[in-house]
Amino acid sequence: MAISVQREDFDAAAEARALTQGRADVGAVVTFVGLCRDEGGALAALEIEHYPGMAEAEIARVVEEARDRWPLIGLRIIHRFGEIRPGEQIVMVATASTHRGAAFAAAEFLMDYMKTRAPFWKRARRVDGTSEGWVEAKDTDDASAARWNA
Amino acid sequence: MKAVYFAWVRERIGKAEEEIDPPPEVATVADLIGWLSARDEGYAHAFENPKTIRAALDRAHVKPDAKLSGAREIAFFPPMTGG
Repeated sequence: MAISVQREDFDAAAEARALTQGRADVGAVVTFVGLCRDEGGALAALEIEHYPGMAEAEIARVVEEARDRWPLIGLRIIHRFGEIRPGEQIVMVATASTHRGAAFAAAEFLMDYMKTRAPFWKRARRVDGTSEGWVEAKDTDDASAARWNA
Repeated sequence: MKAVYFAWVRERIGKAEEEIDPPPEVATVADLIGWLSARDEGYAHAFENPKTIRAALDRAHVKPDAKLSGAREIAFFPPMTGG
């Protein structure tokens, strides 16, 4: 159940493969990768700030909630910080379980909860050199997280 | 206690962290926001809309009515936009 908060890029396929290596009890692996969009060519880069220490701790709390809800065999979460350019990976969640239902649901739950609870903040820099400023939190993200408590 | 600030809260206050020593009557997170806001325009600007401020005590999310007692670190930041 490894969690990494790092500046470096990652190999999502290798990370997902590691969840099943040397074992035969996994029936389903779901991998989600979140990428930096170019916003129609306007975005030069995202600057992602985080709260070191709390970011890891809060993701760990979200993971505990996921493990209480679904029977997970393995799990891998990586969230990057620093400068990220369009096309680059920002975040990955991979879940392994005996059946696909738990793996799909847990991966979606983990992303919804991470977006609203893990202490990361994005700032957008435009190709014309201007700063778009801090990305605002979306009500739709809160709604996505809230539906798990319905 | 140590106070740490992130994103536009950090920018408006003009520093990333500092040691603060609030008086005993500052008992809750909301009290502390009021106490800090009275310091200068930067703090007042950072905390002008309490709905957009999130807080953490010792690296766990808390509500404005949370008691400060015993906490070593308080953080203030905007709603999260990771993922």
